[in-house]
Amino acid sequence: MKDLTVVGKSLPRVDAPAKVRGEALYSDDLVLPHMAFGKIKRSPHAHALITSIHYERALALPGVLAVITGEDAPTAYGIVPQAPTEYALAVDKVRYAGEGVAAVAAVDEETAEEALERIEVEYEVLPAVFDPLEAMERPDVVIHAKAKNNVMYEGKQEFGDVDKAMAASDFVLERRFKTSYVNHAFLEPHSALAHFDANGFLTVYSSTQIPHYLHRTLSLVLALPMNRIRVSVPAVGGGFGGKGEVASSELCAALLARKTGRPVKVTYERSEVFAQHKGRHPCVMEMKIGVSREGIIQAVDFDNILDGGAYGGWGIIVLFYTAAMIHLPYKVPNARFHGRRVYTNKPTTGAMRGLGGVQPRFAMESMLEDIAKELGMSPYDLRLRNAVESGYTTRSNVYVPQAEFKKCLETAAERSGYLEKQGKLPPGRGIGMAGGYYISGTAYTLYMSYKPHSSALIRVDTEGGITLYTGATDIGQGSNTVLPMIAAEELGVEASEVHIISGDTQLTPFDLGSFASRVTYGAGQAVRSAAQAINRKLYEVAAVELGVRADQLISREGRIFSRYEPVRTLDFTAAVAKYIDARGPLSAMGHYSPPRKGMKGVQGANIGQSPTFGFSAQVTEVEVDLETGQVKVLKVTEAGDCGQPINPMSVEGQVEGSIVMGMGQALFEEIKVGSDGRLLNPSLHDYKIPTAIDIPEIDSTIVESYDPSAPFGAKESGEGPIQPVIPAIANAICDAIGVRFLELPITAEKILQALKDKNSGKSVSL
Amino acid sequence: MKKLITLNINGQEFDLAVSPRDLLVDVIRRKVGLTGTKKGCGQGDCGACTVLMDGRPILSCLTLAVACQGRRIQTIEGLSEGDKLHPIQESFVEHGAVQCGFCTPGMILSAKALLDRNPHPSEEEIKLGIAGNLCRCTGYKKIVESIAGAAEKMAEGEG
Repeated sequence: MKDLTVVGKSLPRVDAPAKVRGEALYSDDLVLPHMAFGKIKRSPHAHALITSIHYERALALPGVLAVITGEDAPTAYGIVPQAPTEYALAVDKVRYAGEGVAAVAAVDEETAEEALERIEVEYEVLPAVFDPLEAMERPDVVIHAKAKNNVMYEGKQEFGDVDKAMAASDFVLERRFKTSYVNHAFLEPHSALAHFDANGFLTVYSSTQIPHYLHRTLSLVLALPMNRIRVSVPAVGGGFGGKGEVASSELCAALLARKTGRPVKVTYERSEVFAQHKGRHPCVMEMKIGVSREGIIQAVDFDNILDGGAYGGWGIIVLFYTAAMIHLPYKVPNARFHGRRVYTNKPTTGAMRGLGGVQPRFAMESMLEDIAKELGMSPYDLRLRNAVESGYTTRSNVYVPQAEFKKCLETAAERSGYLEKQGKLPPGRGIGMAGGYYISGTAYTLYMSYKPHSSALIRVDTEGGITLYTGATDIGQGSNTVLPMIAAEELGVEASEVHIISGDTQLTPFDLGSFASRVTYGAGQAVRSAAQAINRKLYEVAAVELGVRADQLISREGRIFSRYEPVRTLDFTAAVAKYIDARGPLSAMGHYSPPRKGMKGVQGANIGQSPTFGFSAQVTEVEVDLETGQVKVLKVTEAGDCGQPINPMSVEGQVEGSIVMGMGQALFEEIKVGSDGRLLNPSLHDYKIPTAIDIPEIDSTIVESYDPSAPFGAKESGEGPIQPVIPAIANAICDAIGVRFLELPITAEKILQALKDKNSGKSVSL
Repeated sequence: MKKLITLNINGQEFDLAVSPRDLLVDVIRRKVGLTGTKKGCGQGDCGACTVLMDGRPILSCLTLAVACQGRRIQTIEGLSEGDKLHPIQESFVEHGAVQCGFCTPGMILSAKALLDRNPHPSEEEIKLGIAGNLCRCTGYKKIVESIAGAAEKMAEGEG
């Protein structure tokens, strides 16, 4: 297992040299001859019927090429195709302030912007609602006709007997938590460039995580067969889930290109990124946990109301992920879930890094800390006693093939000095712990399908060398570096010898997309199996040449030789030449489908199933300024189980990015909505994300781990490490000032107020 | 009404017809065609559009192109010499400071301005030097390490 030559090395990203030189091309950098520019007109109202749209004056402006409205594309779509709710542009009605109602193509951006001013839209304003609890009580506000009480979906699950287990518990704690409205805040705004060629074939270059789902949606909305459309992904400036759904920029670019006969590019302003949103669901969570005297979890009862904003998006999936997330990383023998995803007149929420996990993790890990205190136990011991191990099956029938979560807890505790410090730091200083986990891909696709989730093609020839073609999409997470490393390890060559072509629905074989932490594990398996198939072909000719059996051959460091007699060798390149001379062109495909596991008869129980899981534990130290309420996160000690890291430097990057992103959500990130439904802070000036001066010291460790089911043992690392961040900070704040915060973000104002209340003897849970 | 201006970008003169309200970032990206300068917010918040003007970092999305006549503008494309990366660029590659890369050009130019005026910055000084450049991928740790590494490398180069 450790006989690795490429995997496990911290190699620089293949795209880094181009990126540091400013040569990497992102969607908005692309220019096509005769290209026009598209802009979208947006609704000022949060909820209104569109009574008329007049755009003759816009069309009359010199340089304006076309105007489209919802009527040009009246087919609804959605990332969950069974429940399409969204349109390229609003049809008849707008459901949030900032929703697109018309789009213009013009010869330049200035003209397009001027044309937007000339489009006259008349609205009949409807009552609107911005709070999910209120939305369920407002029969006068009907956001979608099909959603009674504005509940998009209600889900219930019960595993075991929760009532009985609670009754038998020695201690039961119940709390109510609220999380905030958080945006991905990737740096590159959405951008798409669409172009029809002379044969009517559509190509869309877009900043997307999901070329396949964009491909499907373009086909649906434009009523074009999929084989007349190509989606190609240039460099992507971050996604974190926000580019994991089709954006109206992409559809409008294509619709405008069709109408004008010219290439059209639509690039969002930052405020439009906030309107498109699809960020983290604010949740109102009631959680009840029953434990034995020894601190063993007996049952978890979880009620969650998710604020969905105006449309469906990933909503139903997120709803059931929050349900799934209470079953790990601790053994929960009885669990109940009741959840509702509710429409409100705000930009739609959706998938964001660690979707469905971050909110319940905040609740559960905060409560475990308080339960430990109540039982007079160390929170570390309590976690360790309940932590899952390899081979565990949850009550919801989720099998965990391999887990080093205990090792994560031990390592984080040891390296941080948690046991020595917890409860013993001076006033204003605190330390907190939390655990977390995440999936490595999903068991099922979003639409009914039995096709492989990932596929890969490797072509080897004597001229172009080795080329790996994969539909997996690099959105900055580094798959264009990691996947060639997997191929190189299997083929026995240097990683730099494997060229990669990725993220293109015409040039590369099928892949579902970059979400659910599925790429290294799933696409990695496809790449590995393609490389194994290449080796099998090469070994046949090498065996003849070397006079040994093909099944004894291995490929290492550019040579093929018998594992038992490594004296006689054949160069990899010589074997390739011989194969091609004798057999013809050399290529092979590989593919991967996860096991279709689930639980029949339980609503939504297929969600949360994954072939394997990554784990993380964190210990965080904070300093609270008792005068100002400011929290400084001093140090985060993280220990993660991502299996065998393919590229440790990339894993560290994921961990560090997750920690800092989670810290923003814990302490200050929140989109504010005005009383009219307009966003109050749709800019990176007013929506604060962490800067370099905010960051803590980070000590991260990749614990020794290897998942035999995984490609070279590798599991997810992009979404697990964000799970413990928020509760670890909340627990540290609680340790520092003795106040349990139940609402995010934990701002300086809230802390000051809490300190004031505490000093005057009021309740200390907020 | 367009105005004819000459901009000196990376040592090359460009004769350009611009409107008085054209922003430097748009002129650099669309008219000159140097797309290494990124536009992340258009409001001076994210720092992705940072370029150097007479050696100082400025936000090209808040700067009018007409105001840049006679100034020396340096963009990310002007940092490497042929195939040879600038030590900061090299350090970003080696330390894994690049993920999505969208903040990278602005970040590197802010770092260059910092190291030009302070060749031996402390960790705090590095963080302050890039405090105006947002990054959502890396958590900044490897960026700070890269800049410290580049400073060391550049000091060795001098010695």
